[in-house]
Amino acid sequence: MTTALHERAAGRTTAAGARRAGRRRRGRPVALFLAPFLVPFVALYAAPIGYTIYQSLFRMHRSGLGLTAPTQVFVGIANYATALGNADFRGSLLRVLLIGLVQVPLMLLLALGLALLLDAKSTLFKRFFRLAFFLPYALPGVVGAIMWSYLVAPGLSPITALGHQLGLHLDLTSNAMLAPTIGNMLTWGWTGYNMLIIYSALQAIPAELSEAATMDGCSAFGIAWRIKVPLVRPALVLTTVFSIIGTAQLYNEPTILHNVAPNLSSTYTPISAAYDAVNANNFNAAATESVILALLAFVLSFGFLKLVQRRGGAL
Amino acid sequence: MTSTSRLSRWLVLGVLLVASVYFLAPVWWLLVSSTKTNADLFTGNGFWFARFALFDNVHQVFAQQGGIYWQWLANSALYAVGGAAVSTLIAALAGYTLAKYRFRGREFTFNSVLAAVLVPQPLLAVPLYLMFSGVHLVNTYWAVLLPSMVSPFGVYLARIYAGASVPDELIEAGRIDGAGEFRIFATIALRVMSPALVTVFLFQFVAIWTNYLLPVLMLANDHLQPVTVGIVGWQAQRGIGPTAVPFNIVITAAAISAIPLVVLFLSLQRFWRSGLVAGSTK
Repeated sequence: MTTALHERAAGRTTAAGARRAGRRRRGRPVALFLAPFLVPFVALYAAPIGYTIYQSLFRMHRSGLGLTAPTQVFVGIANYATALGNADFRGSLLRVLLIGLVQVPLMLLLALGLALLLDAKSTLFKRFFRLAFFLPYALPGVVGAIMWSYLVAPGLSPITALGHQLGLHLDLTSNAMLAPTIGNMLTWGWTGYNMLIIYSALQAIPAELSEAATMDGCSAFGIAWRIKVPLVRPALVLTTVFSIIGTAQLYNEPTILHNVAPNLSSTYTPISAAYDAVNANNFNAAATESVILALLAFVLSFGFLKLVQRRGGAL
Repeated sequence: MTSTSRLSRWLVLGVLLVASVYFLAPVWWLLVSSTKTNADLFTGNGFWFARFALFDNVHQVFAQQGGIYWQWLANSALYAVGGAAVSTLIAALAGYTLAKYRFRGREFTFNSVLAAVLVPQPLLAVPLYLMFSGVHLVNTYWAVLLPSMVSPFGVYLARIYAGASVPDELIEAGRIDGAGEFRIFATIALRVMSPALVTVFLFQFVAIWTNYLLPVLMLANDHLQPVTVGIVGWQAQRGIGPTAVPFNIVITAAAISAIPLVVLFLSLQRFWRSGLVAGSTK
């Protein structure tokens, strides 16, 4: 009995030993193969995140006249209170939230609608339309932003010129129009990209499903709404998460628009506010604002994921 | 065909046409405007041609500021080709390893890579600037090249593709023939994965070519900047004075800088589509 147990235990250790040896044999290439990615990944992704959090907890203390070198002092969450107490920074967060709340649903509805129309069997010139909608994404974001900044710039804008002829006096760079103008730049640039993701998912739906529904007397609209939209849910979830993250990084469009609309503040979005802090050599404030924005983007995108998961349906 | 279905077909076509006007008209404006003189930009119909000055504009773009536009294009090419090539190779190796080897920490590594895909890039730019200024890398080519060499999205795509397309039997056959693990990767896996690697390269190339915030933070020296940063710099030097850059130059420079990407997108369509599909079925 004991010998049997002993033998079994021994057998187990040799098996484990063999497994371990096997792991060791393959363990070396694994470490070697992953190192070229993991080392820079840790250095250029993990370390900056850690460093930012660390920086956000300190403050440079300059003594009296600033004649001696400033010293770094641990201040805990005081920087966070300062950042959130700053009306400019709060305003930038709110602005981005508001732009996202209006622009993201509008853009995705447009992308979904266009994808459904392109997917319909009787639609003509599909290839042309697909390329036309996607073209803005193939342009560098900065080029798109420069182009739109001139398209809305007072004096240069062919849009306001057209409006003038119709008796409409519109300034697309006035304070009231800044957010809609930026929302339009985002919608123009990203609808095609999102449309293509949704369209690809639509094409993966077996044709028999729609054919069966047509035989049952379902209209084209009914098929789109009852069959196609639920089936491309994962693509819609993905595009929503990407759009939320995209809105959080809003920087290029307002920065470039500022060149034709000087009334646009230099702290219009959270990233430009953080960049402003870097320029003012206030690295601790820049780090703190970055952490707050990252947390907000994380909470919103994962909050959205949890919300749609609870509503049922696999991601 | 019934009359209602013919009507609905025309309706669909009408909606798609209106949408394509919205997406194409600004690009049309850019093309038309790049053929105009600075004065003509402010008069007449913005969407139609005036005196044809395209060649003069192109000449002015490449002559402005001592011909620095050439340097900017070369810098963009260096960053985009160098960064995309290195990141694709590294991602292929990492993705293949994550797909084909079992080891402790595999899931954790892959989940970290996935989480990194979701980190907004500009959020990393500010802390990277702080770190790079600490080690005196700011204002060097490395400040833009190093961050461009890491692509978590590339690792994600490479792992999916390696898992689906590199058969275990092929790897075993290589081992029985006495090939080393790296040789198996280099001679067998890399070849099978090559269509996916073109996609990874393409995505990373586009991401680097269009990046603005990272290089504008890292590079104060005009001669190191990529074309995106250079053009925005010209756009900001508006108004009067010796350093003012006229609108026609900025517009033509912007149009020229878009050509490489549009050509790349059109010629390699099937690759970026397969990449988007892989992303949407996650």
